[in-house]
Amino acid sequence: MGVDLGLDLRKAVEPDRVHRGVYTDAGIFELEMERIFNKVWTYVGHESQVKNVGDYWTVQIGRQPMLMTRHSDRSVRVLYNRCPHRGALLYGDRSGNVGKSITCSYHSWQFDTDGTCKAIPLEKGYEGTRLSIANPDCSMKPAARVASYRGFVFASLADGGPSLLDWLGPAKVAFDDMCDRAPEGEVEVVPTCFRVIQNSNWKIFLENQLDALHPAVTHESTGRAAAAVEDEFKKNKKDAPLAYHFLSAFATPITSWDGFRTLGYRHGHCILTGYMGLRPRDPDTLAYERVMEKAYGKQRMEEILGVNIHHVLLYPGLSVQSALQQLRAVRPLGVDKTLTEIWHFRLKGAPEPIYRRALGYYNLVNSPSTMVNADDLWNFWKCHQGLSSNGGDWVSFHRNAGQDPEENGVVTSVIGTSEQPMRNQFRAWTEYMGTN
Amino acid sequence: MAKKPGKAVAILKAAVKPKAGGKNGARRRIRAGDSDTKREVEQFLYWQAECLDDKRWQEFIDLFAVDGMYWMPASPEQTTGDGVPSIFWEDRDLMSVRLKRLGHPRAWSQKTAWGTNHVVANVIIEEESAGEIVARSRFHMMEFRNDSTRHFAGSYIHHLRRTKDGLRIKLQRVDMVNAQGPYEYVLQAWV
Repeated sequence: MGVDLGLDLRKAVEPDRVHRGVYTDAGIFELEMERIFNKVWTYVGHESQVKNVGDYWTVQIGRQPMLMTRHSDRSVRVLYNRCPHRGALLYGDRSGNVGKSITCSYHSWQFDTDGTCKAIPLEKGYEGTRLSIANPDCSMKPAARVASYRGFVFASLADGGPSLLDWLGPAKVAFDDMCDRAPEGEVEVVPTCFRVIQNSNWKIFLENQLDALHPAVTHESTGRAAAAVEDEFKKNKKDAPLAYHFLSAFATPITSWDGFRTLGYRHGHCILTGYMGLRPRDPDTLAYERVMEKAYGKQRMEEILGVNIHHVLLYPGLSVQSALQQLRAVRPLGVDKTLTEIWHFRLKGAPEPIYRRALGYYNLVNSPSTMVNADDLWNFWKCHQGLSSNGGDWVSFHRNAGQDPEENGVVTSVIGTSEQPMRNQFRAWTEYMGTN
Repeated sequence: MAKKPGKAVAILKAAVKPKAGGKNGARRRIRAGDSDTKREVEQFLYWQAECLDDKRWQEFIDLFAVDGMYWMPASPEQTTGDGVPSIFWEDRDLMSVRLKRLGHPRAWSQKTAWGTNHVVANVIIEEESAGEIVARSRFHMMEFRNDSTRHFAGSYIHHLRRTKDGLRIKLQRVDMVNAQGPYEYVLQAWV
């Protein structure tokens, strides 16, 4: 279809290149909302965000306003944030506790935390009409499917489709790697959510997450600045805190990035292996390893800490950095506007310095004062502007095209900077869009 | 001021945000801060704002004591930046990373013209004792970047120390009223 460009969707995605309209065409964006975001599993939040009965968080799935609540039976529910009476949002703020019931601010219809209508004021006004409190139309509509994996809650607005576990496939390692690193096997959310808006199409962000060719170019300035200050520490016979390395790792020369690996899974999920050396031999790490060994035994501890992942991308809406206990949820706001919600987690049972490591990354790389994403966002905006131009019709993903070895549904990259992850994402895109 | 490496993470218990208004606050305000101190602090704050607006980053950093911290909390309830998420929680070493990045020839997003204008006002001397001053103020900053404007406004709390070189910042707390909103783009420099 393609309202603006009259683009034939079946011809828009080729194995090694994609038509620019896929990023800029408002009609295609509408189709993506319908065929992808209204169907896939979307990350809603972490169970620890709604610890107590009645706690709620508002969240967006596709463009649907949703509510995550903790019901009285302790289950986590995901409901449309909409009053069935006259359609008002039930909550206009981000989070809180419903109190005795979810109460609409307009005419005081009241609902239980599973969405069931509990009370309608002056109910006799409905006598003789076809509406009664027992009518399911009087209750809040739930998401078609809700499931959680290791405390991470997902919802789907469609009845059909793979189960959460089937959909995650091997990419569930995002949550296994994060939770296994906790001596208690669980993580807890830190209730701060940084929100950053990118003036670009959502796919540009996802492609960048696994793009090992860009860090040495885009982030050279920050990498070198941090490396220079690290050197000053050394000159003064001091060790720079590990957080500096999160930044100076970007000074890794472009030729080294081929040494890393990317793995592509079904449904567009991908992994970039780690490069930040997150298992140093400092006293904090050694103390943490002792706690881990006590919890898991030496062999299992080695297995857990031996997992080497930088990013796991759960297409189309979540980027997880398991070893640093953080994630970015992607909420497309429009064809050229994308919100990222950025969270981090505490490893239950781990010593405080290990939390501080995650915090250092959260503050330096993922906060609104980021010296890293500042240059990414600038690139994303420039990409979207360039793709909106008539200067050319195609986006190139030719790098190592035709060299994506596939075995048992897992696509590997021949070199770290292969554009295999983007090709893998578009394979999923065409499946979802029905144009494969 | 000579550059000395500061402690990577300084624990500053003094970061407690004074309660705005209230009987005690009002009484303290009347008592503390003679007009000379107030004028001195005002000049210092205006100078600091000018350093930002003129992009004199090193001079901005040099207004901080060797153990000084620049802190923008993630939420107004926070009482310390130590061990909790912050938008900024920078000692002079981290500030120096930011400075070096801003000045790097390939800090790509610096290529677009940008500038800020700070107005600092409503200066109140909260406390003054033994060479240390706590001052509250309000700021309004307009930023022009990439052909559009953004507004940031909020309050500063400066914990200042008298040194032989003049006033130096032990801790600057920056609470923006829009700190918790979604950011259209990010903050590249201190506010």
